[in-house]
Amino acid sequence: MMIDHPLLGLRDAQEFTYLGDASLIDRPDWQAEDAQETFHDYLYLRENPAGEHRELWFHETGDRSWLVVTRNTLTHEITKVELARDVARARGRSK
Amino acid sequence: MNQINRLTGGQINRNKELNFRFDGRSFKGFEGDTLASALLANGERLMGRSFKYHRPRGVLTAGSEEPNALVELRQGNRQEPNTRATVAELFEGLEANAQNAWPSLRFDAMAVNDRFSNFLTAGFYYKTFMWPKPFWEKVYEPIIRKAAGLGSISFEEDPDLYDKGFLHCDLLIIGAGPSGLAAALTAGRSGARVILADEDFRMGGRLNAETLTLGDASGSDWAAEAHAELASLDNVRLMTRTTVIGAFDHGIYGAVERVQDHLPQTIADKPRQILWRIYSRKAMLCAGAMERPIAFADNDRPGVMLASAVRSYVNRWAAAPAQEIAIFTNNDDGHRTAADLIAKGVKVPAVIDVRADASAVVGAELLAGAEVIGTEGRLGLTSVTVRLANGQTRKINCGALAVSGGWNPNLHLTCHQRGRPQWNADLAGFVPGPDLPSGMSVAGAANGQLSTAQALAGGAMGAVAALNALGIAAKPAELPQAEDAPIALKPFWHVQGGKSRAWVDQQNDVTVKDVRLAHQENFVSVEHLKRYTTLGMATDQGKTSNMLGLAVMAELTGKTIPETGTTIFRPPYTPVPMGTMAGRATGKHFHPTRKTPSHTWAEEKGAVFTEVGDWLRAQWFPRQGETHWRQSVDREVLQTRKSVGVCDVTTLGKIDVQGKDAATFLNKVYANAFAKLPVGKVRYGLMLREDGIAYDDGTAARLAEDHFVVTTTTANAVLAYRNMEFARQCLWPDLDVQLISTTEAWAQYAVAGPNARRLLEKIVDADVDISNAGFPFMACGEITVCGGLRARLFRISFSGELAYEIAVPTRYGDGLVRALMEAGEEFDVTPYGTEALGVMRIEKGHAAGNELNGTTTALNLGLGRMVSKKKDCIGNTLSERSGLSDESGLRLVGFKPIKAHDPVTAGAHLMNASGEISATTDQGYVTSACFSPNLGCSIGIGFLKDGANRLGEVLRAANPLEGQTVEVEVVSAHFIDPEGERLRA
Repeated sequence: MMIDHPLLGLRDAQEFTYLGDASLIDRPDWQAEDAQETFHDYLYLRENPAGEHRELWFHETGDRSWLVVTRNTLTHEITKVELARDVARARGRSK
Repeated sequence: MNQINRLTGGQINRNKELNFRFDGRSFKGFEGDTLASALLANGERLMGRSFKYHRPRGVLTAGSEEPNALVELRQGNRQEPNTRATVAELFEGLEANAQNAWPSLRFDAMAVNDRFSNFLTAGFYYKTFMWPKPFWEKVYEPIIRKAAGLGSISFEEDPDLYDKGFLHCDLLIIGAGPSGLAAALTAGRSGARVILADEDFRMGGRLNAETLTLGDASGSDWAAEAHAELASLDNVRLMTRTTVIGAFDHGIYGAVERVQDHLPQTIADKPRQILWRIYSRKAMLCAGAMERPIAFADNDRPGVMLASAVRSYVNRWAAAPAQEIAIFTNNDDGHRTAADLIAKGVKVPAVIDVRADASAVVGAELLAGAEVIGTEGRLGLTSVTVRLANGQTRKINCGALAVSGGWNPNLHLTCHQRGRPQWNADLAGFVPGPDLPSGMSVAGAANGQLSTAQALAGGAMGAVAALNALGIAAKPAELPQAEDAPIALKPFWHVQGGKSRAWVDQQNDVTVKDVRLAHQENFVSVEHLKRYTTLGMATDQGKTSNMLGLAVMAELTGKTIPETGTTIFRPPYTPVPMGTMAGRATGKHFHPTRKTPSHTWAEEKGAVFTEVGDWLRAQWFPRQGETHWRQSVDREVLQTRKSVGVCDVTTLGKIDVQGKDAATFLNKVYANAFAKLPVGKVRYGLMLREDGIAYDDGTAARLAEDHFVVTTTTANAVLAYRNMEFARQCLWPDLDVQLISTTEAWAQYAVAGPNARRLLEKIVDADVDISNAGFPFMACGEITVCGGLRARLFRISFSGELAYEIAVPTRYGDGLVRALMEAGEEFDVTPYGTEALGVMRIEKGHAAGNELNGTTTALNLGLGRMVSKKKDCIGNTLSERSGLSDESGLRLVGFKPIKAHDPVTAGAHLMNASGEISATTDQGYVTSACFSPNLGCSIGIGFLKDGANRLGEVLRAANPLEGQTVEVEVVSAHFIDPEGERLRA
């Protein structure tokens, strides 16, 4: 597979380490009343779509960027690649 | 007699005669021959025995789809089994042996299996050898394996080199037949970067095997001219002897180039084969088509061949499979074969055409509406029996029968990304479906365009379309006038009512009867049919048999072939040697070897090394007279605790953490608090996974307000860094903090023992105060040593002694360790390895990988109070789950044997002093154990239920693997200096 790194262009997937669902960015609030439950869901419950999937890849042997890659799990077509930091900010993870 | 069946013409070099041996006999052939063509030219039709029934077999095909003619090529450590004689290029001195035959190819004792064929039908092994159960592994399976199987291997190490390579192109063209060459000419002239790959050693595909003309030139001459033009273009890379084996994601293709297989002597230092990874922007599959056989009784006799293969041997290699060749066909290709044979002077006794309305053949008798119902000849065909249109039978003498059942497009690579082929009624075959691998298009016969004119046009137009999509302007190459015959075929799969077995899959010995049996037993789905009968599961992946099997099953179920289903294909297209897959990653090159900067010093000291991940670490340093590792380790431990020892700890992961928010960041990734750690201090830190399980520990040293140095365990250096980057970029993206791994930037040594300070005082520079007051336990600082060399000093202790770790830039590691050893001479300093390190940490009760084993929490480790409840950190929330926070759960404690000589064994399970020993009464387990030279007995640490409250209790440590149970006393895990006075001395 080839991943179109937003800073570096097309790179072989061998340079990356796969983590999983990009929802791992949405780490819950530890002080919430139901933190035990929300953390449980955050950690263990995943969608398993046959189709478009947003997922985290780490450019481990490259520039060490975490990326959010939108990949079709049926065809492996990659339609979008973003810096995970940008995604995290967009999802309100700024301090 | 020499080459009795050699004809005139052909694309062989008659000026270069080659000697070769097959099955112990000597033959001659010519440059340009394959092993198969040379054997046929010498009148040899028998080339092997079949897999299951040991039936005599000859070649069926002239290409890589060959199911029968498998031989063991070369000798000794270069012997390669299951080589297809049809693609083995002849070279001077080639040696090949028939396989799967004993004692000889002509008399094979195992052919007795053929007599018992009634018992050896599909599913026979499953049904017969089920009982008694233990017999399968010990008795039946080894015997069956020996009797069946294909070729044998030498059991010697492969002496050849293999390599991997990477190529990039705009357009990859797979196959250099008419469509591939037309595509390559079109693309090559446009200036695009083109790779043209073909598995053959000569480009041209069927053009080399047919008598058709392209314009004024013969097909092979046109191909040679096209090849010459392409070779002159710098932007085109021509790869002969290169099989594209798989289509992978995003335009990546795998290809195997056979660099040296055709050479009599290997060229040293050059790879035998190269596994290429080809990155293409677009790819064109121009792989042609394969002829398929018709099944009839005894259709596997040597001499029964595909008609296209007969034309290949006659036209390209000038080798007649026999002096008289009959033809059995359901389409016009049979007629073309007759014309070619007659033109070469080969006698054609009859053309047997299943079509009642077949048109006449010039120079041969046509038997229209007739079918072959049997064949004769013990080791090779002598005659065929034909059922004529009027129902009468007739025997026709012939040494070979050319069979044509139509053509199947070579769409294998279109299926590698789960593409499903589609049925095409004109061809009575499958063509590529719409779901092609991204960037791929298909042209020529592979796309069902069977005529030469269609193939040429398809190739040229396909290349234009592919390049235009890339924004590269191209115009189609001018194409010569070529044959454009329509498909004239009557679907016909197998002859009904023969007396003997009709073979479907010749490599796995599957017959029409086996398919029928599968149907009878309701294995009607294609996937079941395959697995039950093994149809299509041999090394040829059923290239010549899958369609036939499907057709027979369709007939039995009363469905159409597309309703019955299709099998899709997986990589590799043809078998790939394991050596090619491995490339250079063999032996010590299987993974990289990491050595610390003082590796040479350790070698000089006689160190015994152990692998820790990729690292080599000194395990112990034997001295003269020491005959057992324990002597060395005990000495290193005792000497360190008595005076001083030095240990290389460079392999620990080191991560530099800098930025205004560095402390805030560490507070989030460590379970314990770091925000208030003063500058100049080190703190032990425990990292949790988000699920609350402890996964790594180490230290963080604060060198400045905004600068920490974090250490991780050797094993988790990569993972901890990855996780910290995840926290930094994905969870807290706006913290002002930067990370970099500095594991390889610093060489680090532990200096431990009561004389550690006195030793270090001799090498630190004069202005550095390392007195106990000036540099107390858990102090850290940037200092200079040896007259100005910058260093980092940490007063931390894994051994439990007064100890330091000192780090210098990597290139000074060797110098530093030598300086430490020299300075330590007066204290009788000892280097110590990972074993002594392990003994001392067990004596001290420090957790390591055995304790942080992926199932244990901070609470289990006795570090529960470290987990801060006042802050957010990874793992904090879920570590409080009831299942993980049981106060009477597992706790880290120590164990001493009641009888001093009893061993405590890591992995032993703890049981109460009396009662049953079973999983249900399990009280915990020993994680680490060693002989403690300080206590004079074996000791261990491990996890015990409610351990903190059970000190003094006697338990049994059960080790059922070795049938050993010893009594142990539960003690504190801190065997040495539990108050920590030595650390602070």
